[in-house]
Amino acid sequence: MMLPSDFELHRPATVGEAVALRAELGEAAALYAGGTELLLAMKLGVLDYEHLIDLKRIAGLRGVTCAGGELRIGAAVTHRELETHPDVVRELPGLAALERAVANVRVRAAGTLAGNLAFAEPHADPPALLVALGARVVLVGGEGSRELALEDFLVGAYETELGEDELIEAIVVPVGAPGAVYRKFQVLERPAVGVAAVGNLVGGVFDGAPTVVVGAVDERPVRVGAEMLDGAALDDEGAFAALAEAAAEAVEPVDDLSGSEDYKRHLTGVLAKRAVQALGDV
Amino acid sequence: MSATTITTRINGREQTLRVDNAELLLDLLRDRGLTGAKPSCEMEVCGACTVQLDGLPVSACTTLAVELDGRSVETVEHLDAGGELHPVQQAFLERSALQCGFCTPGMVMTAKALLESNPQPTRDEVTHWLEGSICRCTGYEPIVDAVLTAAQKMAA
Ligand SMILES: Cc1cc2nc3c(=O)[nH]c(=O)nc-3n(C[C@@H](O)[C@@H](O)[C@H](O)COP(=O)(O)OP(=O)(O)OC[C@H]3O[C@@H](n4cnc5c(N)ncnc54)[C@H](O)[C@@H]3O)c2cc1C
Ligand code: FES
Ligand code: FES
Repeated sequence: MMLPSDFELHRPATVGEAVALRAELGEAAALYAGGTELLLAMKLGVLDYEHLIDLKRIAGLRGVTCAGGELRIGAAVTHRELETHPDVVRELPGLAALERAVANVRVRAAGTLAGNLAFAEPHADPPALLVALGARVVLVGGEGSRELALEDFLVGAYETELGEDELIEAIVVPVGAPGAVYRKFQVLERPAVGVAAVGNLVGGVFDGAPTVVVGAVDERPVRVGAEMLDGAALDDEGAFAALAEAAAEAVEPVDDLSGSEDYKRHLTGVLAKRAVQALGDV
Repeated sequence: MSATTITTRINGREQTLRVDNAELLLDLLRDRGLTGAKPSCEMEVCGACTVQLDGLPVSACTTLAVELDGRSVETVEHLDAGGELHPVQQAFLERSALQCGFCTPGMVMTAKALLESNPQPTRDEVTHWLEGSICRCTGYEPIVDAVLTAAQKMAA
């Protein structure tokens, strides 16, 4: 079997060349990284392009670096690299654990984090935790480069702020958050609900309200106000019940193959509680 | 048809090929008689098409053939090239880890990739690595046993 339609393959060696191709070819071209989303959609005939711009041969998009309190993840970095990278494992074990549970080993070996974020498929794992951690995307285009908070980059289902001549060059994640946890529920290939929690406990009590973000339910990550936990202890059942209720109400689920609206609200509450409680273990 | 000239190593043999851009790796392999990797779900879910690309397991059903350029691919056919079964294959036999055998080439290649990156996995690590490799005959226990047996064989 071939892909249903023919295309030209471009393999730029630099980011500058890739941006120039993007400007020249416009909508006839797609950026192409691991292909785990793009090739599937092209096989099904859902997407069709005359040109693919392969980003994997651009040395400048490879690698993870850790400096100045931030991890910088190049756009060609795969889930597998993130799962195993010593800097990620040391600085952000919660992100390494999330990456280890994305899809399956083959998709992790080929698929990139940048491709995941750019595709903006709502049923994705990384966005919730990365939003909770305050991650940014570095975009580069004809007019130079700019940075956007990931939360602002993700607009809706399959919709981002990426400009027509832009590409994601890197994802920048602040490190040093005291605890960062992600908990998900999944029966199909992709998560039904995933909740990220970032926060700090001092002497068994929350030092400030933790940041709680729900992914995979709505079209984009949703923040849950968790003030009730400020100063609460890990065994404060009332505060956690209030958190579960707030989380269940913060989302707007739709019935789909992952479950009914009610079921997903319930899962969201349970996972919010579990994710925040797990901050006590990190 | 747009095509690209690539230099690659298929099961240890270096070669230069002209491939259509739209061609999938699974078809390139099967057209050359390497039919161990199989089309099944064709959406990266089941693992029947698993081969090792530069050592890592990938779904050949959703990988472009041009991705072989400058890289090396190994399929199940290569494992007994030295005249002996690979320890993973031997362990699958000993543990009766196959029924119809449809999933076996993918399972074996996935297991081999695991043992190359983690020679002494725990049972949980094996199970986690094999998630995404589906056995339609559902004989998962002996498959996990076989991978652990292979790890022991390879350490000895
Ligand atoms: C069976 C299966 C299970 C999966 N399960 C999960 C899961 O559990 N959790 C999860 O989060 N995800 C899951 N995924 C989604 C997975 O495909 C993505 O996480 C993957 O990483 C996408 O990256 P890619 O490099 O393959 O992108 P590609 O397919 O190459 O590209 C995807 C899109 O991003 C664009 N793009 C790529 N790189 C850039 C860039 N640098 N700048 C701008 N645009 C770019 C492309 O043009 C395209 O529109 C699953 C996928 C499959 C097939
Ligand atoms: S046929 Fe490729 S993963 Fe199922
Ligand atoms: S042995 Fe039949 S599919 Fe696995």
